[in-house]
Amino acid sequence: MIHFLFKGLIRDPSRSLLPLLTVIAGVMLTVIMYSWIQGTETDMISSNANFNTGHVKIMSRAYAEEAALIPNDLALLNVGHLLKTLKDEYPQMVWTPRIRFRGILDIPDENGETKYQGPAAGLAVDFLSSENIETNILNLHKALVRGRLPRSSNEILVGDQFARALNLEVGQKATLISSTMYGSQTTENYIVVGTIRFGVSAMDRGAIIIDITGIQPVLDMSDASGEILGFYSDFIYRDKQLALLKNEFNKRFSDPEDDFSPVMLSLRDQMGLAQTLKMVDYFSTILISIFVIVMAIVLWNAGLMGSLRRYGEIGVRLAIGEEKGHLYRSMIVESVLIGSVGSIIGSAIGVAFAYYLQVHGIDISAMLKNASMLISDVVRARVTPMSYFIGFLPGLVATILGTSISGIGIYKRQTSELFKELEG
Amino acid sequence: MKENIIWLLFFLSTAVFAQNPDPNWILSKVDQNITARNRVSEAEMVIHGRHVARTVRSISWIKGTETAFTEYLAPPREKGTKMLKQKDNLWTYFPRTDRTVLIAGHLLHQSIMGSDLSYSDLMEDPKLQNLYNAEILGEETLIDRRCWILELVAKEKEVSYYKRKIWVDKERFIVLKENRYALSGRLIKTTDVQKIEKIDGRWVPIKIIFKDQLKSGKGTEFNLISIKFNDNIPDYVFSKANLKK
Repeated sequence: MIHFLFKGLIRDPSRSLLPLLTVIAGVMLTVIMYSWIQGTETDMISSNANFNTGHVKIMSRAYAEEAALIPNDLALLNVGHLLKTLKDEYPQMVWTPRIRFRGILDIPDENGETKYQGPAAGLAVDFLSSENIETNILNLHKALVRGRLPRSSNEILVGDQFARALNLEVGQKATLISSTMYGSQTTENYIVVGTIRFGVSAMDRGAIIIDITGIQPVLDMSDASGEILGFYSDFIYRDKQLALLKNEFNKRFSDPEDDFSPVMLSLRDQMGLAQTLKMVDYFSTILISIFVIVMAIVLWNAGLMGSLRRYGEIGVRLAIGEEKGHLYRSMIVESVLIGSVGSIIGSAIGVAFAYYLQVHGIDISAMLKNASMLISDVVRARVTPMSYFIGFLPGLVATILGTSISGIGIYKRQTSELFKELEG
Repeated sequence: MKENIIWLLFFLSTAVFAQNPDPNWILSKVDQNITARNRVSEAEMVIHGRHVARTVRSISWIKGTETAFTEYLAPPREKGTKMLKQKDNLWTYFPRTDRTVLIAGHLLHQSIMGSDLSYSDLMEDPKLQNLYNAEILGEETLIDRRCWILELVAKEKEVSYYKRKIWVDKERFIVLKENRYALSGRLIKTTDVQKIEKIDGRWVPIKIIFKDQLKSGKGTEFNLISIKFNDNIPDYVFSKANLKK
């Protein structure tokens, strides 16, 4: 029967083409919309994790309380020992120390006097040691616009936008003026070996990146760091497991009475991200639900319309003696066929387009000129396992439901009335 | 009856004037007291951090209100750092990097040597009368001295502190306490004079606590070690060439 109905649908496009196109379009839009929202959320999590929060972050309790002010005077001490403990106790994670600092980058003229200067937001990471994971986390090779990555501790990378504002060329000397962890004023000369663009406006504005060994002596922070970031070694964010890990660490290593004892915060605990992610989850669920419902109504309506358009055909089939139940079932099987084929084709096109957006993305940097949140300038979709199935909800279920409801009309038609209707 | 009322009003007004002189006159007396043709002073700042307290010692040569040269003598990290102020320009020489850096824009808001004082505090015209309109709010006794409490409101908005409240010694005309406020009304900095001495016929605060209210900590203690007024200071002291010497 299925083979027979399938042949009928192919040979008579007037019965199948319009419903099929409607299903394909609806399913495709649903898949793209879903993947887009997933991409935005994932992008937000990974941008914040890579540039700022890690999957988890360890700071001193006092530092954590004022983290926005970057209080290096409250930094973690004995970091070497702490890192060893973390590696031994939590082998499923990778750990990397970071120092954030603020200062002024001053570019000298030929007489050694100030030519240009601007406020800098420095990030010192470990990318010269054998345990370097930061080059990948910060995606430095891809972020490099001019020059090369640093090979020694007196070389720095400067945000490309910042470098242009300071008329800074690769190879030029730049002086950092900052404060040590004990509050003394400190200066150091560095060579700018490259410029970078992360595609995150909040980072690109005044960024300087330096190896951690290049800043520790300058800030009097030997064996100290402001924060230690932890990531799952496969870099996949696992919200629930991280909450357990955090609680376990804090129970073992953190002392609420000691301001300088370490405390672990998960990504959600930082920068108000819990609230933001909850909002994103909430709105994306609402948005996707509304979209799926709207698409379901459209496709349901298409199912209804299909049955109504075939009013005459149904009448003839009843007149020549086809059983009402058989007719009803055959129409439902037809809708299953159209829904399935449409959902498969729509999902395939939708997933292909979403995958294209996942790889290439859309540049929205013009809209983020003054953004302070860590949001990528390139918005990407993300194809998840659900992307392959989400389209079947409106595509298949709604089409079948539409046909099932409109098909009930078959049972209301009287054989005695049929000839009168057909004559008319 | 009418004549009596007029006399009463006359007496009341003169009594009020006797109690509260013109606030701008008080300001001019304060300004007179703090300015000199030149002065050479040695001082130390005890900066209380969360881990340790640091003592920064410096010697300053000051000419009038617009020119000054400071050399830091201790601790080792700060030793050899020099600052030159010429009117609206301020340069700092850092021996560690052999760089002379213009302190302007964002740098002006930075703290000096990690203390509770910022570069912009140094750059402001010390003559209060030039920047503020004054009003007397009342009187109070501080370190056993009767003081007027004056509220100063900036004549222009482009000043570091839009509003100040100062406690002025009624006899010696020196400021014993000061609260500095932002345009929003937020308290930004406080100054408390704890010790005064008469040197070369002038009353000089020799121990002051500066506190940046936006920073945690116990503030910065400023101790004047010595001061000499109207000395002979050669002009080359105030030159940029002297920074690298």
